[in-house]
Amino acid sequence: MNTTVMTEPHPQPHDSHSPEDIQRHVKVYLLIGLCLLLGTALTVGAYYVHFTSVVTTITVALCIASVKAGLVAAYFMHLISEKRMIYVLLVFTGFFFLGLMLLTVWAAQDYPMLPAR
Amino acid sequence: MDAAIPYTTQLRRDTGLYNAKVGIWLFLASEVMLFGALFSSYVLLRVGADSWPHGLLNVPIGTFNTAVLITSSVTVVMAWASLKMGQLKNARRYLLATVLCAAMFLGVKTVEYRDKFTHYEVRFTDGKVLTGHVKALGRTAFLSLSKLKMMKVEKFAFHPDAAHGAAVATHASSMEVETAKVEKLECFGPWHHTYFAIYFALTGLHGLHVFGGMLVFLYFFGPGAVLYRADPVRYTNRIEVAGLFWHFVDLVWIFLFPVLYLL
Repeated sequence: MNTTVMTEPHPQPHDSHSPEDIQRHVKVYLLIGLCLLLGTALTVGAYYVHFTSVVTTITVALCIASVKAGLVAAYFMHLISEKRMIYVLLVFTGFFFLGLMLLTVWAAQDYPMLPAR
Repeated sequence: MDAAIPYTTQLRRDTGLYNAKVGIWLFLASEVMLFGALFSSYVLLRVGADSWPHGLLNVPIGTFNTAVLITSSVTVVMAWASLKMGQLKNARRYLLATVLCAAMFLGVKTVEYRDKFTHYEVRFTDGKVLTGHVKALGRTAFLSLSKLKMMKVEKFAFHPDAAHGAAVATHASSMEVETAKVEKLECFGPWHHTYFAIYFALTGLHGLHVFGGMLVFLYFFGPGAVLYRADPVRYTNRIEVAGLFWHFVDLVWIFLFPVLYLL
């Protein structure tokens, strides 16, 4: 009968993430988690500040979100120390994503003027 | 004939990666374009809208859900780190925590969705517009004026929101409304406003990703963990790949939260 009781063999390191490295990184992961929670508190705090300009509100919120996303990508997704192929893939993704957004901006400039109600 | 899948644990000489990692990043690239298309739709809809509603979503609840998702990202990376250090028991605890976080996120989202489908805008024939909660035909969700008229409902119970003025809030916490005096009755579903259409599209798609990820982690917590005994590196790699997907889901929410709840 196949039981679910498992032994715990030590996995062989297959890349640059050795168990010793990981042990050091654990503290960093927890610190990043804390920073992300603080970033969330900061975003909500900025919302309650009520900036006079809408542009300022949007800029502040998106800047904090970008920093948080950068931390997730860099540390949790290990992009800070990834192989070249992943970076190449992401450059292509970024190029097409930027194209998509620029097309949107272009389309927004060409939005039909609605009659005043 | 050897039918073993190559490069599940060994690194390819040309990429320096195992195949699943390249695969998940290619998938995530397509996901960037999928969510990017919806985000650009949001921008276009908002720029073209006559008015854009504010304050219709509960910010504290959204903040709580953001914290839950961030916590789940930490537990996923801790599960992977535990496996790297050969600690399966700890890894499974972190995986269970991730599943619970995902379930909590979806539970809160369900409550939020329910709130939208039981919250109505009522436009009266005299031009007055109120928002609040409606009860008719023994239920509170998915009611419409045509449905009430079809079922020959002459009156229905209406609880207006307190925000619509002290007079309403103090004099009538609940009132009877004649169906004949109502011009429009619509809950805050995707059909109510462009804002809700894009809100449900974005959060619905994101919620499906959370649900999918939760099932994957549930599998790796339960029957999938058997692989660790036979091939610990392969199991660890699977957790890393699933974790990359999960972090992407978290990353999308990091942008969704301010865009939909705060701006």
